[in-house]
Amino acid sequence: MSLDSQPPAAGPQVGADEWVARQAHRREYLPSWLGAAQRRFERTSWWPRLAIAGLAGAALPLLGLGGFQLQVGIDALVIALLAVGLNIVVGWAGLLDLGYVAFFGFGAYGFALLSSGQLGSHGIHLPTVLSLPIVMIGAAVLGLLVGLPSRRLIGDYLAIVTLFFGEAFVEFTNNVAPHALGGPNGIVGIDPIRAFGHQISTNTGYYYLLVIILVLTMAVLRLLDTSRTGRAWRAVREDPLAAASMTIPVNRVKLMAFAFGAMVAALAGTIFAAQQISVFPTDFDTPILILIYAGLILGGAGSIAGAATGALVVMIIYDGLLRSPTDSGYLFYGLILLTLLVKLRPWRRLGAVLAATAAFGFAAHAIAAAVSASAVAGGSQSTGWIATALRDWVIVPAKAVVAGNYGFVLLVCLLIALVQVTGRWRTILLVPTIYLASFVWETRLIAEPAITRQLMIGAILIVMMNSRPQGLLGARRVEALT
Amino acid sequence: MAFFFQELVNGITTGALYSLVALGFSMVYGVLRLLNFAHGDLYMIGAFVGYFVIQWFGGPSALTIPVPLLLVIMFVLAAGLAGGLGVAIERFAYRPLRDAPRIAPLITAIGISFFLESSALLLFGAQFRVYNTSDFMSFSSGIQIGSVSIDSVQIMVLVLGLALMVGLRQLVSRTRLGKQMRAVAADREAAEMLGINVNFTIVATFFLGSALAGVAGVMGGLLFNQVTATIGFIVGLKAFTAAVVGGIGSLPGAMLGGLLIGLAESFITGYISSTYTNLLVFAFLIVVMLVRPSGLLGQAQLQKV
Repeated sequence: MSLDSQPPAAGPQVGADEWVARQAHRREYLPSWLGAAQRRFERTSWWPRLAIAGLAGAALPLLGLGGFQLQVGIDALVIALLAVGLNIVVGWAGLLDLGYVAFFGFGAYGFALLSSGQLGSHGIHLPTVLSLPIVMIGAAVLGLLVGLPSRRLIGDYLAIVTLFFGEAFVEFTNNVAPHALGGPNGIVGIDPIRAFGHQISTNTGYYYLLVIILVLTMAVLRLLDTSRTGRAWRAVREDPLAAASMTIPVNRVKLMAFAFGAMVAALAGTIFAAQQISVFPTDFDTPILILIYAGLILGGAGSIAGAATGALVVMIIYDGLLRSPTDSGYLFYGLILLTLLVKLRPWRRLGAVLAATAAFGFAAHAIAAAVSASAVAGGSQSTGWIATALRDWVIVPAKAVVAGNYGFVLLVCLLIALVQVTGRWRTILLVPTIYLASFVWETRLIAEPAITRQLMIGAILIVMMNSRPQGLLGARRVEALT
Repeated sequence: MAFFFQELVNGITTGALYSLVALGFSMVYGVLRLLNFAHGDLYMIGAFVGYFVIQWFGGPSALTIPVPLLLVIMFVLAAGLAGGLGVAIERFAYRPLRDAPRIAPLITAIGISFFLESSALLLFGAQFRVYNTSDFMSFSSGIQIGSVSIDSVQIMVLVLGLALMVGLRQLVSRTRLGKQMRAVAADREAAEMLGINVNFTIVATFFLGSALAGVAGVMGGLLFNQVTATIGFIVGLKAFTAAVVGGIGSLPGAMLGGLLIGLAESFITGYISSTYTNLLVFAFLIVVMLVRPSGLLGQAQLQKV
């Protein structure tokens, strides 16, 4: 159920079938107080939900977050802001913009040039109230320019042109005008955000600033979404030809989406630059773009709340949990258990799979230990009670890296096979797959958090698109028959 | 003038390589209307396969088998593995999305590209692997025309590239499979109604296209001498440029585009500066897209209602 969905009285929306829109009434609720809470949540309308989420975000630092957690929070909020902006272009207008991260970079570099000692002998040090509008308007104009091809280019072609625009931005900042842009060394010594005689110099300050800006942006976008323009975007996404015949100016509407998306990205870039005090070309390369997309897709393209939530979840996992072996262990095994819990019905089947996996592991470990001592010599790399629990279950050979690599290839093959087979065979195949996943995790992935994070991002995109394209929070779109 | 001709030869050689990658990319686009962002990563896989074949047979300086045999094994294995991987990707990730909104397979393709790249990083590490081509194929032997030298690796790349392109052209225009491919590219539903096995045709296209990328990967390893997990992205990008400049979905267009990109790159590097190469190549693409969105040899698509 979408956070964005209207209360039933509002009726069907553009792009949503009436029957689907009213599906909430036909739903079963969870038993006991969970169901009551769920009903309560669904009765709350959009604005109070935003207020609650904003207040919860603002209350988090009061719990005593350390410097690291605060930095993770700041990064997550920046990506959430970017995802909310990307949602305008991809989610609402349906234009695949693969150069979006360049607008983020444009905002960051624009702010850096206007508020540092980089240009001229003394540098330019504009106050933020002046530099921020300049940067945002500049980004909007750039967005219009990049969007211009969208008038002529349909779908895939637009994706290519914008992808090249993004790559060209990185090449540009890396190579052109090294005195002004700093080349690969970037720009350092950027002023903090200054306005009305105050300046923000602590991370706590930036955290609050970002929470406020994210909530404000979401509010503005909500108004935009329910406005004439928002409806026009979705109409163009569903069918440009039909939209045009309903007198919607398709080209102008597309360009507006680009401009608005670029403005939000530039806003995020400004805060990013001020908080980091430095910008480098690599900050705006493709991995960041894919990260934003992963957040948007996970949450659900087309929904403001989905985009923000998805990006926050992805970033907290990516930047926070996966850095610590203990946390990532909880995450990994927790996720496996959760997936099994949700997907395996009835309970007997779930119990059987879990019992079989446990037995399989102990048997495999015992056999391996009997055959050769070095096959189990590595020891689990997990920490805490997970390691204790798995000691006699998972095999970790002395040559963990090599074995883990072979295990990884085999695991990918098994996963592909798992998707192809159905029925009883899938249940049977599930047992070795889980065991192998644990084996690869213990031997290889846990020791390579940087690569594991990237694998996770790629997997999110593939799995979400194949199993739940509307994302975790998005409403399912009804495809018009053509 | 000698410098000009030398750059010309170098440009044509890298152009042949880009053409091969662009061909596979364009073929897949033709039958599925899908931008396969993972295509460049198949090139990377091919290059790694070639590297490991060299290591398997004793390393570049102490080969246990004759060089021609080694080359054959490298190319065949790289083509087979990359082709198989391409088929697996199609089966696993693209087939369920065949009738989904256009944006879904595109995002999946980006995810696959990212997944393959990080998998390579996990399996092979981040360091550069060096082919050491000069240890077993002398760069000095070759043809000398005036002051322009074409070394043996370049000759091999050119001959093999040309042979593959001619072979592909014959396959597409003469054989039954090629006819099926063209039919599926023209209209998948109509082809299905006429009894063409669409799934098989798509799988075959994926295999051929990915195998070409794998072969190009080995060529790239031999030419540029080094392999790492991230080379796929930039080569993939250049191949997109080539395919798009030539007219996406058009096979002669992909060959022409690859050649143009190779030449442009070589001349920009030779006459202007290597720092601006990528920037100018991208700018070139954006201009072509704006002036002629269907590419040089592509046909403007009519919007069907």
